[in-house]
Amino acid sequence: MNNTPYIKAEHVSFAYKNDDSGDVQVLRDVSFEIARGEFVAVLGHNGSGKSTLAKLLNMILSPSEGRIYIDGEEITSPDFTEEDLFRIRRKIGMVFQNPDNQLVATIVEEDIAFGPENLGTTPAEIRARVDEALAAVGMTAFARHSPHQLSGGQKQRIAIAGIIAMLPECIIFDESTAMLDPSGREEVMETIEKLNRERGITVLHITHNMNEAVRADRILVVNDGQILIDGKPREVFSHVEELKAVGLDVPQVTELMWKLRGQGIALPANIIDEEEGADLLASLIRGEQSK
Amino acid sequence: MLKDITLGQYFPGTSPLHKLDPRMKIILTVIYIVDILFASNIWSFLLVSLFTVGLVLISTIPPKIVIKGLKPLIFIIAFTVIFNIFWTEGDHLLLSAGPVKIYLEGIMYAIFMIVRVVALLAGTCVVLTYTTSPIALTDGLEQLLSPLKKLRLPVHEFSMMMTIALRFIPTLVEETDKIMSAQKARGADFESGSLISRAKALVPILIPLFVSAFRRADDLAVAMECRCYRGGEGRSKMTALHFTGRDFLWLGIFLLFGAAVILINRFAPGISL
Repeated sequence: MNNTPYIKAEHVSFAYKNDDSGDVQVLRDVSFEIARGEFVAVLGHNGSGKSTLAKLLNMILSPSEGRIYIDGEEITSPDFTEEDLFRIRRKIGMVFQNPDNQLVATIVEEDIAFGPENLGTTPAEIRARVDEALAAVGMTAFARHSPHQLSGGQKQRIAIAGIIAMLPECIIFDESTAMLDPSGREEVMETIEKLNRERGITVLHITHNMNEAVRADRILVVNDGQILIDGKPREVFSHVEELKAVGLDVPQVTELMWKLRGQGIALPANIIDEEEGADLLASLIRGEQSK
Repeated sequence: MLKDITLGQYFPGTSPLHKLDPRMKIILTVIYIVDILFASNIWSFLLVSLFTVGLVLISTIPPKIVIKGLKPLIFIIAFTVIFNIFWTEGDHLLLSAGPVKIYLEGIMYAIFMIVRVVALLAGTCVVLTYTTSPIALTDGLEQLLSPLKKLRLPVHEFSMMMTIALRFIPTLVEETDKIMSAQKARGADFESGSLISRAKALVPILIPLFVSAFRRADDLAVAMECRCYRGGEGRSKMTALHFTGRDFLWLGIFLLFGAAVILINRFAPGISL
C-alpha cells in the first residue's frame, strides 16, 4: 500500500460570483487529507459550504484558490484536460440528494447501465456489472421495474448501484439521505457501510445528521467555510459546547452525558454509543446504591 | 385523476408481434403503409381487410381496445364518406333527386376509403404502438436512424431526450398532483367558473411546475456528467439489438402481402379506384 492520501486539499477557497453584492465566499483556506478506504463524514448545517466541498472534488466546480489532488494527481492543474476529467469522474462517483433527479432511464437496470455505457464497456461486461451492482444494493428483484414505482430509499439505492457499476474507488454522498424517511435512511446507510467495508471504497458522506456522522471512521465538521473540528467521532462529539455554538447538535446520548456532567456527575465526555452510555449509567446507579 | 394517463398506449404481452425487434417493427410499419396505399380494387381491399384483422388477432390486443383507438377517426371518416358519395360521378346511377346524384362508384369509393383509413391506423397501432414499449421504440428508432449521424443529425441526442421525457412524465404528473392539492388547500378552485377563469386558475400550477422542471433538469445534467456522460460518442449499449429468423420471416410476410396486393390489382377484375 502506498501512503499518499487518496484525496488531498491544500488551502482551497471557493467563491460564487454574484453580480449584485460582490462575490460570496463559501470556502476559506480549507486543507485536509483522506486516506484510501476511509469512511469520512462531513458534518455541517445548511450554508456551511459542505456541499460545495463535495462538488470541488470531482470538478463540477473548480476552486478559486488552492490545489486538490486525487490519488496523487492534481486535478486543479491548468493542463488538466477533458480526458483527464473523464478519468477522474470514473474514479469518484457522486450520489446526490434528490433520488428522482439522478435517474435517467425508465427501467432500473437500464439506468444502472447508463454509466458503464458512457465508458464504452462491452455489452457482456455491462450486463455482468449491472447484475453485480443490483445484488450489492439488494435490489435484484427490481431490475425490470420503473423508477417511479420505487420508494425514496430504493431509488437512492438504484442511484448508488448506478455508480457502483462504474467500479469507482471513491463515492461522495452529497446529502443523499436528507430527503428520505427514517427507514429509507437506514437502507442507504447500511448500503454505504457495506460498500466501504467489503469493497474498500473510500466514502465521503456529507450530512447534517449526527446519528449518521457517528457511524463514520472520521468526521470533518465544517462551519462558515472552514473546517472547525477534524477527528474520530468520539473526539468530535466531546466538543459539545463548540458544536452547539455553531448550531449543530450532538447525538442524544452524548447530550445526556454532557448535561449530567453539568450537574457535577463524573461521566466521560466521549460517549457516542447508546449501549455504552446505558451501561455507564447503570453501573453509576448501582454504585450509588451499594454505598 | 392524473394517474390515469397511460403512456404510449403500450400493452405488455408475449405475442409474436411483441417479440419482434423494434427496428424491424418500424420497417414493417412503413412497408405495411405502402402496401395499403397500393390497394386499388375490391379484391385487394378485401385482402387488406383480412390481413389487418389477422394482425389484430395475432397481436392478442383485445379488439375492443383497437376499436376504441379508432374513435378519433370518426370525423375524418364521416367527412370522406360524404364527399365520396355525393361528389363522385360514374356509370351506374343509383339515385337522382334534383341536383343530388348518387352513383354506385361513389358508395364503393367511400367503402374503400373507410377500409384504407381504418386499416392504416389499426395496423400501425397493433404492429407498433400497442406492442412496443416506448423505450424499445426509442432504441429502435435511434439505431435505425444512426446512419443519419454521418449527416450530422443529432440522432443520439434526440433519442436521449425522448428517454428522459419518458422517464420524467410520471414524476412531473405526481408533482402536478401535489401542487394542485397544495393550491386547493389554500382555497384555489379548479372546477367551477367559466372556461377563462378555469384556465386562469391553472397559472399557479404551471409556474411552480416549470420552475421545478428547470431545477430538475439542472440536477439531472450534473448527475449525468458525474456519470461520465459526454454525448453519443464512444458510448456502448447493454442490450445490442439483433435481428433473428423471426424478424426476417415477418419481413417476408409483409413483402408477400404487398406483392399479393399488386398482383390482385393487376389481374383480378373488379370495381377499382
